[in-house]
Amino acid sequence: MSATGIGAPVRRKEDHRFITGQGRYTDDINRPDQAHAYFLRSPHAHATLKKIDTKAAAAMPGVLGIFTGDDLAADKVGGLICGWMIHSKDGSPMKAGPHPALAQGKVRYVGDHVAVVVAETLAQARDAAEAIVVDYGVLPAVTDTASAAKSKTQVHAEAPDNTVFNWHLGDKGATDAAFKAAKHVTKLDIVNNRLVPNPMEPRAAVGDYDQGEGAFTLYTTSQNPHVARLVLSAFIGIAPENKLRVIAPDVGGGFGSKIFIYAEETVCVWVAKKVGRPVKWTSDRTEAFLSDAHGRDHVTHAELAMDGEGKMLAMRVKTTANLGAYLSTFSSSVPTYLYAPLLSGQYDIPAIYCEVDAVYTNTAPVDAYRGAGRPEATFVVERLVEVAARELGKDPAKFRTQNFVRKFPHQTPVIMMYDTGNYSASLKKALETIDYKGFPKRRRDSARNGKLRGIGFSAYIEACGIAPSAAVGSLGAGVGLWESAEVRVNPIGTIEVLTGSHSHGQGHETTFAQLVSDRLGVPLENVSIVHGDTDKVQMGMGTYGSRSGAVGMSAIVKALDKVIAKGKKVAAYVLEADEADIDFKDGNFTVKGTDRKLDFGSCALQAYVAHKFNGQDLEPGLKEGAFYDPTNFTFPAGVHICELEIDPDTGVTRIERWAAVDDFGNVINPMIVEGQVHGGIAQGVGQALLEGARYNADGQLVTASFMDYCMPRADDLPSFEVGMTVTPCPSNPLGIKGCGEAGAIAAPPAVINAITDALGHEDIAMPATPQAVWRAAQKTLSRMAAE
Amino acid sequence: MYAFTYHRPATARQAASLLAKKEDAKLLAGGHTLLPTMKQRLASPGALVDLSSCADLKGIARKGRNLVIGAMTTHAEVAASPEVQEAIPALAYLASHIGDPHVRHRGTIGGSVANNDPAADYPAALLALGATVVTNKRKLPAEEFFSGLYETALDEGEIIVKVSFPVASKAGYAKFRNPASRYALVGVFVAKRGSEIAVAVTGAGEGGVFRWPEAEAALKARFAGKSLDSLKHTAKGINGDIHADAEYRAHLIGVMARQAVAQATGKA
Repeated sequence: MSATGIGAPVRRKEDHRFITGQGRYTDDINRPDQAHAYFLRSPHAHATLKKIDTKAAAAMPGVLGIFTGDDLAADKVGGLICGWMIHSKDGSPMKAGPHPALAQGKVRYVGDHVAVVVAETLAQARDAAEAIVVDYGVLPAVTDTASAAKSKTQVHAEAPDNTVFNWHLGDKGATDAAFKAAKHVTKLDIVNNRLVPNPMEPRAAVGDYDQGEGAFTLYTTSQNPHVARLVLSAFIGIAPENKLRVIAPDVGGGFGSKIFIYAEETVCVWVAKKVGRPVKWTSDRTEAFLSDAHGRDHVTHAELAMDGEGKMLAMRVKTTANLGAYLSTFSSSVPTYLYAPLLSGQYDIPAIYCEVDAVYTNTAPVDAYRGAGRPEATFVVERLVEVAARELGKDPAKFRTQNFVRKFPHQTPVIMMYDTGNYSASLKKALETIDYKGFPKRRRDSARNGKLRGIGFSAYIEACGIAPSAAVGSLGAGVGLWESAEVRVNPIGTIEVLTGSHSHGQGHETTFAQLVSDRLGVPLENVSIVHGDTDKVQMGMGTYGSRSGAVGMSAIVKALDKVIAKGKKVAAYVLEADEADIDFKDGNFTVKGTDRKLDFGSCALQAYVAHKFNGQDLEPGLKEGAFYDPTNFTFPAGVHICELEIDPDTGVTRIERWAAVDDFGNVINPMIVEGQVHGGIAQGVGQALLEGARYNADGQLVTASFMDYCMPRADDLPSFEVGMTVTPCPSNPLGIKGCGEAGAIAAPPAVINAITDALGHEDIAMPATPQAVWRAAQKTLSRMAAE
Repeated sequence: MYAFTYHRPATARQAASLLAKKEDAKLLAGGHTLLPTMKQRLASPGALVDLSSCADLKGIARKGRNLVIGAMTTHAEVAASPEVQEAIPALAYLASHIGDPHVRHRGTIGGSVANNDPAADYPAALLALGATVVTNKRKLPAEEFFSGLYETALDEGEIIVKVSFPVASKAGYAKFRNPASRYALVGVFVAKRGSEIAVAVTGAGEGGVFRWPEAEAALKARFAGKSLDSLKHTAKGINGDIHADAEYRAHLIGVMARQAVAQATGKA
């Protein structure tokens, strides 16, 4: 291993730029003559738009234009789309209501877009927006997930019973039969709380129109600029792809919320032409709370069947998923194909049947958020398994081990073919890390101080690098899920890698360069990673679902292999040897059995000057591209153990220890991977203890600021003990599985299992706030007093 | 934010005259409540009179049996002050736990007291310590000063000059933070001056800061946390929200009161 190659904990190249304030985010971009957009948003969760009077507002100082849904319709601008088709049990397609970028006829959630004001300054746009008179016909709102299908209030005329689809997966007959034969059945009702993503950088967009070229440029906070271009072109119809450039510059976190194509960027690029000026919009934090796609929001009943020895026989799951007021870009895939196929967890469960009803409500759209479906599945599985172990009087670690998948490949009853793993190894290492044997003593010590101590397990599995394209296409995806890369070697041997992946905190500029440095034997600083611009990068599917390592880097490997192959041809001419005798190692092309060699930089120069070969026999230049389509998902897995202490007097939960042992396959940069694990756990702990988006019955978001929506802070968290086991992924050339979401997937059940262990009962929901834990602890104390 | 004019007088007298002259003028005494509210367009003063350059409103001094703190003294200055730490360590402790470092270096005691946020920390200290609020017009005992949620006895154009705290023989403050905002969900300040005991509660009252007479009586019998063990504050008159309902808050008043006494008696 070299100091900068694969496996080296290289410091992040991009951090100097970020921590010295030199990052260039969308809001840092200011085009000459730029105007500002302000969105008038609905204060009502559900209302008809009887009249929008913009006359007085249009006459306000600085106003360049005010546009509504009628203008969108007149310009034949298409609605926002949901790019994954789900079919109900009866074969009918999901019921997608219209989703115009500016409301037409009706608003469906607080924050829905009523009109846009474009003015010289943001303050002028805001002033004018206040002068718009909207006559709302306020309607009752439906917000509750569990009862939405029974509500008399209908969000979309196209969707009776507010139902988007009734979907299912698995063998119902086999599952029901297994339950009948079971000796023990564990049942659990579970709520997976709604979350607001809250990336540090709020969303932003600058739309620009070049009248001479007839071409648009959109700068936007996107995790996948090529997908944004495709949707804006092919579906929304802003401009053909060759006349629309999408640039996603530095992006300050996304967690999924910046995958989607939203109303605001659509409107900014559309109105740039209408007002003949570049138009900027930057979300404020309140807008982010109201209109960024939220995450999770499931209500589930789950059952696990076991035989007399505690062997799992079957699982039955019924989930209602709240998708909000409109179908966001990938919303339909999250509670279906990103959820139910993970319900087998790390366990050998012969039969699984899962039903999912997706509902509309008068709330912000819900879509993928760090983990996307997999945290919801893992929470169901790991809570069920923990409770089953308790009911059977079995040690939770031993009960898990008894049921782990041991032979690979393993076909689950819910689509997935697990390729490799060693779940017992991760569990063993995690038990050692947390000192499981010492826990009973620590619990007694806590009890002496009047505290309740608990320990909770989470043995999670996730599926990353969702693929292959043909398979996801057959499941309803509107896109392929490959990745592309181009490796451009310059004549002096420096290298640009153009990747369709997009870094918004993951450190691609470092890890991708490490790969190139490792493969080509060139210094790290000679490698630049280019991403986030559809005019520079050939194509791409972007970054989400922990796919950049497994899929994005595999594409780079393919292109690097081509570069080396071409380099060998060049070297053969220069070194006057047969191509078959040329080796490439440590940055040098050598002739087998001789000391003749050509270093990589010289080879690049020779490729470009083309003096040593005939340009008809071998093309000059050294630049290669590749598309990589995976053959399978990857399956990162691991075991997290949380140990915590509850003060029953205040309800405060302190996480005392956290052991995380993950199998991410091969790792490029362990420091960055560890950082991803830390961040993921923090978000998972946030969901379990602190975060929860709440709408009241009128559809007002009562947690619309950091005063009421509690984000995890450093002092809410312990120092994590992070370890790894490695079973290399067999389906990609680097053996990578992916690490970006693991912490957020693993953490919530680990925390809740530890809390319920401490409490001695299961009666607690997320977020387990001090108030909720205090109330639950009173139950524990009175039971203890009775004993 | 709407447009407004900005003024920065050098003395309290100049500030008072600006306040009287300018239409819809508001005093800026740190701005950690006012400025966010203005940014959200929920407040639109015509003029801001920034007190940050009024040297006569700043400073900390021990004057006989009293500790006197200028209205424009920041929380960070109170927290770090040797005079405060020596005279009323619980007050320094309270100041050191207000908000975050940004807030503590901008926010002032006068601004906090004048705003009388029901979740602010200082009102509990003023009430429990029997402080006097000195304005440019008069002296107001804390008992009379705080009159309701965000309401005080201050008249139009009246400016707080300083707050005078009688030095207590024992004092302690404990707060339970709102997990999200980290304001006081419940904060209890306990003070003992001779035979007088005061227990003041912030964060929990429907009408803002209040005293807990039953706890005071119990502590008068014996100034120890144990004296409060059998006491329960009623949930009546206690506010509730999504973070804590009245029952939980009422319970926390007891817990925080015991912690405050433990701190006051050096047993924390």
